[in-house]
Amino acid sequence: MSNVVLKCKDLGIVFGGLAAVNDFDIEVHEKEIAGLIGPNGAGKTTVFNLLTKVYEPTSGEIFLNGESTAKKTTVQLSKAGIARTFQNIRLFNRLTVAENVMTAMNQSMRYSLFEAVLRLPRYWKEEKEARAKALELLSIFDMQGMADVSAGSLPYGAQRRLEIVRALATEPSLLLLDEPAAGMNPAETAELMENIGRIRDRFGIAILLIEHDMSLVMGICDQITGLNFGQVIARGTPEQIQSNPVVIEAYLGKHKEG
Amino acid sequence: MSFLNYLVSGLSLGSIYAIIALGYTMVYGIAKMLNFAHGDVIMIGSYVCFFAFTRYGLNPFISVILAMLVCTMLGIVIEKLAYKPLRAAPSLAVLITAIGVSYLLQNMALLLWSSNPKVFTPIVGKPGSNSFTIGGLTVSYVTLLTIVTCVVIMIVLTTFISRTKLGKAMRAVSEDKGAAQLMGIDVNTTISVTFAIGSGLAAVAGILLCSAYPNLTPTTGSMPGIKAFTAAVFGGIGSIPGAFLGGLLLGIIENLAKAYISTQISDAIVFGVLIIVLLVKPAGLLGKPMREKV
Amino acid sequence: MNRLKGMNRTTRKNYITYLVVIAAYVILEVLMRGGGLKAATKGMLVPICAYIVMALSLNLTVGIMGELSLGHAGFMSVGAFCGTATTMCLVNAIPSGGLRLCLGIIVGTIAAALVGFLIGIPVLRLRGDYLAIVTLAFGEIIKSIVGNVYMGVDGGRLKFSMFTNELNLSPNGRIIIEGAMGIRSIPRIATFTAGFILIMISLIVIFHMVGSRAGRAIMAIRDNYIAAESIGIPAFKYKITAFTISAAMAGAAGALFGNNYSSLIASKFNIDTSILVLVFVVLGGQGNMLGSIIAAAALTILPEALRGFADYRMLMYAIILIAVMLVSNNAKVKDILKNLAEKRAAKAMKGGAAHE
Repeated sequence: MSNVVLKCKDLGIVFGGLAAVNDFDIEVHEKEIAGLIGPNGAGKTTVFNLLTKVYEPTSGEIFLNGESTAKKTTVQLSKAGIARTFQNIRLFNRLTVAENVMTAMNQSMRYSLFEAVLRLPRYWKEEKEARAKALELLSIFDMQGMADVSAGSLPYGAQRRLEIVRALATEPSLLLLDEPAAGMNPAETAELMENIGRIRDRFGIAILLIEHDMSLVMGICDQITGLNFGQVIARGTPEQIQSNPVVIEAYLGKHKEG
Repeated sequence: MSFLNYLVSGLSLGSIYAIIALGYTMVYGIAKMLNFAHGDVIMIGSYVCFFAFTRYGLNPFISVILAMLVCTMLGIVIEKLAYKPLRAAPSLAVLITAIGVSYLLQNMALLLWSSNPKVFTPIVGKPGSNSFTIGGLTVSYVTLLTIVTCVVIMIVLTTFISRTKLGKAMRAVSEDKGAAQLMGIDVNTTISVTFAIGSGLAAVAGILLCSAYPNLTPTTGSMPGIKAFTAAVFGGIGSIPGAFLGGLLLGIIENLAKAYISTQISDAIVFGVLIIVLLVKPAGLLGKPMREKV
Repeated sequence: MNRLKGMNRTTRKNYITYLVVIAAYVILEVLMRGGGLKAATKGMLVPICAYIVMALSLNLTVGIMGELSLGHAGFMSVGAFCGTATTMCLVNAIPSGGLRLCLGIIVGTIAAALVGFLIGIPVLRLRGDYLAIVTLAFGEIIKSIVGNVYMGVDGGRLKFSMFTNELNLSPNGRIIIEGAMGIRSIPRIATFTAGFILIMISLIVIFHMVGSRAGRAIMAIRDNYIAAESIGIPAFKYKITAFTISAAMAGAAGALFGNNYSSLIASKFNIDTSILVLVFVVLGGQGNMLGSIIAAAALTILPEALRGFADYRMLMYAIILIAVMLVSNNAKVKDILKNLAEKRAAKAMKGGAAHE
């Protein structure tokens, strides 16, 4: 069995007396794609916010590559290897596409502000490398031609793809994708699926994704966790989930007989 | 002077700040803008009252009503001409426009009435005796009137906001403009009414201010305006009880600082207290903390 | 020209800005030497330079960092008083005016940077309108404090007191800062060339910072701080860096400004001055440095140019300000501009694709 990248134990958060997420457990391995499904308001995005410390969990533990993340902030977690995308796209709209990606490489760059203002050799060297790397990452989605366009002016689908590239630029070991196919047409979704698989193979990382598009989830996930009212209601392979009556009920509502 | 005296005069100054702060806080609540011209509406109201009462000897009550009417109209006109076209614009553009309106009012006043200070006659008080004494505490009629006016305004306004249809509409618009519109509330009228009330109150505040500090010039409203704005933020901008609380506290702190620490840096102390409050409670004393949805 | 075409748009715009500033300097310098400038115009050159640096400084905070500061005059004040006091103290020690001015500007810059850093620590934890009001409060506090400082030199030693003059200077002593009356009999050593150099340095610092990882991080925080933190950008650290640099520049502008007049008082650097500079930034365009330069120069000259209208000039100024805001934010005008931008983006995308 390959390394466990993410492990959550009894993770939970309470908002104003209401448990938005309760006793959430999951294990995601290297080179594994895990899916998180559930109806609206089930607490899927809240799980991402807990994993990235946008919210502080009220209970439970998170381990990233075997280390507890209890004392880490959002910024430190990025350094530790978590990267994410957002359900409501959050790009740096007034920066160019390439700059969006290069910003994510900030923590691996070394030159100081002083070197930047005086434009010393290390500035030029690292900037050149960063731009080359950004273009290479953009080429995953065939976006290198848009490098110098401002991110805010990109079409919707391209914005979603750019968020993934930006997340990859932080060199994560765990990639969290929040509804990557939202708003895409079937052809775009199929292409995205292929690309997510390729990202996994090429970077050897673990991916946890939230998705409503069942064809995408069933098509690429190795394991799926079903969530409803903040509780894990099912867990298993795509085939197991597809035929799980609790999941079907959560999605379609209780089937009244007679 | 005794501590109690300082406290009462601080309360009176604070009442003026509170009435001005209401204008800021209501407009901020509903239009999410810092109406920098509010202080200058105060000045216009004071001039109207000065001419009506001191110059032409009209009845003080009528003078006050006249000043309120002029300011109410002014508030509505400013909103219609300068702020309404910018409702979708970035907040910085609205801020600069408000600053432009402030310059405009000040310079119009300068042209009409010159920079020579006008000596304002207090609207209450008998000739020869401007104050009375209770138990060793000397209180001027203006001070008493200011505090009473502030209390009355507080009661009337709170009732208006919570009980009347228009008041409820104002609260709805400040919560969510779009939803309020869908519920059939006329957003434009509601915003106009808010500006009208705020500006009418500004006239009252101006008259009380000039009755206590009788030098009237085109820039009379600037500093009290900024301080009242501070008071509104201090109490939690957007909150009406917050504006009262902030105004009163600010007035008291300013007066006590003047009395016991130093007149030269009383303003610095007032602003220092504001900074400390905001660091401890980033949304002000009674403000609601905002959280961004991720 | 071909090289210009090869650069990306930002770099090209930066070079154009440098060129405009250098050209303006050369033309004005030639005119001045040839006696083609009126004394009144000549006298405005240094203040214009100081206001341009102020506008650049505030544009770094407002345009690049995306936070509203209403107390920038405070940093200018710190720079002006520290810078001018320095040059006054060194009158006998350093005969060269240029060298003294240089030292004065350095001291003013460092002092303002320090104050900016200290104020930034609490202020930058707040956001939006709250941040703005707290900067306003700090601006007023600086004004009150600076207006109550007494400083003198006596037998090679500096003496300070607050609120009242308790310096007890000996007959040989010299008072430098005198509370609310500020500094008087300043030798006026600021020059247009010094102003020009200061503008160029400010531009280089801003452009080179914006074009570096620090600049990208700061703009990323401005555009979306949650996303910025998610990719490991420590928001507070970058904001305080930008704010300190911005304060330092305002201090430099103040030191230049202070050394240009024969007297200097603390109440000059009030909220009106902060707002004046904010107007330059907004009219010139947030994040647009050339715009700030042009707006600062034009709006400093405008009230003078409107002198013919005598009493009406400030009224005209106010009306122009409102009109510009209403027109530039008009929905129709914005649509036209947006269409232009979209066409340009589409062209760039096509061009980019052709390159690959």
